[in-house]
Amino acid sequence: MKTFTNTLLLLLLLCLSFGAHAAEQVELQKANINPNDKASLLRGAKHFVTYCLGCHSAKYMRYLRIALDEHVDEKTVLRDIAPEGASIYDQLKSAMNKHDAEKWFGTQPPDLSLISRSRGPDWLYSYLKSYYVDASRPFGVNNLVFPDTAMPNPLWQQQGEQHAEIRKTIWGGHTELELVKPGVLSEHEFDRMVNDLVNFLDYVGEPEKVNRESLGKFVLLFLLVFTVIAYLLKKEYWRDIH
Amino acid sequence: MKLNRFAQSGNWILDRFPLAQLWNDHMAHYYAPKNFNIWYFFGSLALLVMVNQFATGILLTMNYKPDAKLAFDSVEYIMRDVNWGWLIRYMHSTGASAFFIVVYLHMFRGIMYGSFKQPRELIWIFGMLIFVCLMAEAFMGYLLPWGQMSYWGAQVIISLFSAIPVIGDDLSLWVRGDYVVSDATLNRFFAFHVIAVPLVLVMLVFMHIVALHEVGSNNPDGIDIKKLKDVNGIPLDGIPFHPYYTVKDLFGVGVFLIFFTTVIFYMPEMGGYFLEHANFIPADPMKTPEHIAPVWYFTPFYAILRAIPDKFAGVIGMGGAIVVLFLLPWLDRNPVRSIRYRGGLYKKALLLFIISFVSLGYLGTQPATPTATLFARIFTAVYFGFFLLMPLYTRWEKTKPVPKRVTDHHSLLEDIEEQLPLIIEEMTELKPDRPEIGDAAFRGSFYSRRAKLGGVRHVATRLANSIKKSLD
Repeated sequence: MKTFTNTLLLLLLLCLSFGAHAAEQVELQKANINPNDKASLLRGAKHFVTYCLGCHSAKYMRYLRIALDEHVDEKTVLRDIAPEGASIYDQLKSAMNKHDAEKWFGTQPPDLSLISRSRGPDWLYSYLKSYYVDASRPFGVNNLVFPDTAMPNPLWQQQGEQHAEIRKTIWGGHTELELVKPGVLSEHEFDRMVNDLVNFLDYVGEPEKVNRESLGKFVLLFLLVFTVIAYLLKKEYWRDIH
Repeated sequence: MKLNRFAQSGNWILDRFPLAQLWNDHMAHYYAPKNFNIWYFFGSLALLVMVNQFATGILLTMNYKPDAKLAFDSVEYIMRDVNWGWLIRYMHSTGASAFFIVVYLHMFRGIMYGSFKQPRELIWIFGMLIFVCLMAEAFMGYLLPWGQMSYWGAQVIISLFSAIPVIGDDLSLWVRGDYVVSDATLNRFFAFHVIAVPLVLVMLVFMHIVALHEVGSNNPDGIDIKKLKDVNGIPLDGIPFHPYYTVKDLFGVGVFLIFFTTVIFYMPEMGGYFLEHANFIPADPMKTPEHIAPVWYFTPFYAILRAIPDKFAGVIGMGGAIVVLFLLPWLDRNPVRSIRYRGGLYKKALLLFIISFVSLGYLGTQPATPTATLFARIFTAVYFGFFLLMPLYTRWEKTKPVPKRVTDHHSLLEDIEEQLPLIIEEMTELKPDRPEIGDAAFRGSFYSRRAKLGGVRHVATRLANSIKKSLD
């Protein structure tokens, strides 16, 4: 009977190991997410305000929260990160309105507060790095991770121009991107920039994450002690049962 | 002797309310079999999770807004700006999944040890009603965050009503309150989730426990402990629920909470199983997600729905998968309760059932490809086969003789506890090193802290053997 329960557990494990995500066509590159790296988060915030905020909001976030969470002076945040004229209490809202957005891009760019929780940081990291030149698209670029994306490459100056090359192998075709025209940043610097940006988006997705994980240790420690005491109590009570 | 004020007011209540009698009937003088094993923790854990859902749910309603325009924002407001809101919300969302894990295991325990059989049929029926209530509660609660998966999941499930001939379309319209899932649907689901269904749930749990305490608990041996009583009328194999099982359940609670809090603090999304990724996108009636999957606890039934080609037949199949569970006490014709004394035929059938249930659960999370659908059909057949063929194969099986008294099974934990000190001793004991010939004369024996490999291996083998024995 107990071997039976074990088989069960094994089966459950097997099932879980398949994971919820269906296999995606493009292999995603891994982003290096570290919510404790304050410097990276602040650089990411700066990049976000410079390159994303023009079209995308992150309306659940305020500049004040960045200052509080990263232990930075409010004035520093206003000077270095927030756009000209923003108040510390402002949400990270884009100035572009819906009407214009639909006229220019065909759709309203989504709010990015939770994008990391719906898409995952690896997807975002790969997406931002996977633009290539495609003359058939309205903005002249296409994306490998998100084909026919409505967003032009916001980081084209930094990255440069990539071309798609289709390599045929016995396992079928597979596309590789090659940097043809170098951008302002070197490849390494660009990777770091995108990573900072994704790190910031991941933080924006759940600002409480750092608190949550640091609190978890103490809760688990308490519960371990509680369980041991409960077990000893049970043993003491059950001494006479047999 | 004059009583003090505290005792006096206590007596004042006891004269008017049978508190002492209630306590004795259900705790201190409720005799439970002494051989409960790990499977018997899940009943009390289900109660714990229910209390957790009530407490956190009440707190959540204080900041949640049941309004299609505000719902999604209010959830994010709870997650970010409400003090400890994120913890309350994760406790509630993880609690929903934990509820189903615990209840599924609780039900499986019942099937395994024949707890649904005479005279406990009504307990099983109440339990099944609780399960149905729980599914309604979870389904309606899942709409409230108003994410994409909330919205489209509700859209798909409510549209199932329209498959019913003649009244279908009107019925689904009546359920939704609109032609699509909308603010009207959200409001009524909120009302049901917060008031109506919890009330029914509490009533059913109450009746479940009252019915249980009337006939007494079953046990892993499936023996009726009330048959053998001592001179005082106390079952020989029974022990008072309080304090024995209250302290034991306290330990169970500790172990459960360790798992529960690990999820809350370190993996609240559980890889997209407890909180689906697509649900972090606000509901958009104009944009259908490419892959709609219900939360994991509904996926076995969802897979059955998809496996059957015709929509109405699928709905019947899905409903039937739950209805057959109600009929279980009358489908199983074998008088032997516990799987320990049942024939190999039933054990194999149960194993097949578990494999098909888990596989259906997995297939329900995946997109429906032709191969997946084929497998889902096979497993659906196995699922229904287990129940509907039961009147036949439970008659044929060869059962073992059932003992008169409950048996003493060595628990795994006790084995580990016995062997652990020996291993630690082997690892840490200071053993005299082999003295070198020249040094021995003036240095005596030399002590080093080194584990003797042979000894560790010996103890480890003994532990492995005893674990294996306890498993057999």
